[in-house]
Amino acid sequence: MLTTLSRKMIMALTGAFLCLFLTIHFLGNLQLFMAPENARIQFNAYSHFLSNNPLIKLVSYVLYLSIIVHLIDSILITIKNKKAGTTYQQDRRKRASKWYSRNMGILGTIILIFLVIHFKNFWYVYKFGHAPLDSNGQKDLYEIVVTTFQEWWYVVIYVISMIALCYHLIHGIYSAARTFGLYHPKYVRWVKYIGITFSVVVCTGFALMPIYIFFTS
Amino acid sequence: MKLTLKIWRQKSQQQAGELKTYTLNDLNSHMSFLEMLDILNEQLLLANEDPVTFDHDCREGICGQCGMMINGIAHGPLKNTTTCQLHIRSFSDNDTIIIEPFRAGAFPIRKDLSVDRSALDRVISSGGYISTNTGQAPDAHAIPITHQTTEAAFDAAACIGCGACVATCKNGSAALFTSAKVGHLSLLPQGKEERAERVINMVNAMDEEGFGHCTNTEACEVECPQGISVLQIARMNYEFIRAKIFEKEK
Repeated sequence: MLTTLSRKMIMALTGAFLCLFLTIHFLGNLQLFMAPENARIQFNAYSHFLSNNPLIKLVSYVLYLSIIVHLIDSILITIKNKKAGTTYQQDRRKRASKWYSRNMGILGTIILIFLVIHFKNFWYVYKFGHAPLDSNGQKDLYEIVVTTFQEWWYVVIYVISMIALCYHLIHGIYSAARTFGLYHPKYVRWVKYIGITFSVVVCTGFALMPIYIFFTS
Repeated sequence: MKLTLKIWRQKSQQQAGELKTYTLNDLNSHMSFLEMLDILNEQLLLANEDPVTFDHDCREGICGQCGMMINGIAHGPLKNTTTCQLHIRSFSDNDTIIIEPFRAGAFPIRKDLSVDRSALDRVISSGGYISTNTGQAPDAHAIPITHQTTEAAFDAAACIGCGACVATCKNGSAALFTSAKVGHLSLLPQGKEERAERVINMVNAMDEEGFGHCTNTEACEVECPQGISVLQIARMNYEFIRAKIFEKEK
């Protein structure tokens, strides 16, 4: 049986890997902000490279595994916490903590629902669907992206999900540093600021992508 | 002062409890919170009713015995104070105060506001000590240690084990309590020798008692009467990882 500390360590390790993935995903997707014709060729070539590189393939399996382990572990932790915690007739304990630190499960659920939509929108269509081809004969993922974000409600779903992700990341990074045993006040402060900056930059950037495409094409 | 109290009354662990309303008149505002409960109990006894059971001992904020949820906050509205150090001048005339016991999965209620916190004692006995033969006190200079280290250890040792952290935690986690003990002893030269076994034993004991996971909401630090820092929890994680990596085969 794993200890309560080890369970949190699994959350932190898988979470850290997912953050690393987010960084790469974010940097790659910045290509969407280029002029449409350049963006189409370059983004499709990039997607083609990713989906055919054996190393990336291996990393992608680690990624799927991380998501699943992060999810299962969070359910186990929540079940135990619900059993160990309690309620009061009058409960004002909320004054002592941030709302997003108490609602990581709800934020995580929003992100999970988003992931299903996101995988269905792009991953599934690219891998198993009938993607059109661009002038270089490569699958035109850019076209799929542009078509998807013509729908305003997809844009809304994506933006809301990125807000949820942002808060999830702010607490997640902060909390993971604790779990990794970072106790020096100076570095704890650094991690806090780095974590907030990372979360806001990445999530704002991601949220701007559907908005940019909706208004430019 | 006139106060209306809604107090959790529960005859035993097995029986269900409920909030009961009592009204107290002509209270002195300089009275401590526990003295107010004493007055209530006197009145209940004179009326041949069952007095309210609550835990208390030193009444000077250092023993960790007293502790109740006052208007939904552990030890009441004042920061860094125990219930016994709270005075009713912190409330206004004609206020209604809701008083409940500290609750958690690992804290069964004995009676009324009295809570069985022996789970914390069992965590301590699993490793919150040093294995040294007692005898004459050694010379003060026999073991070199810096002022900063003793102060850091004392910051952790200031924990009085009242259980406010557990009662405040949404997960009923005893991470702050356990980490304060782990941090205190692992900083001191005498305690360093057993730091690896200690952290593993204490974390296992904490889990066996059914305390939840720490999710770093940091509510415990805010409501802790001794202001124990949540960084103690980070230190416990560090000690735990260190112990697991360098663990010797048995």
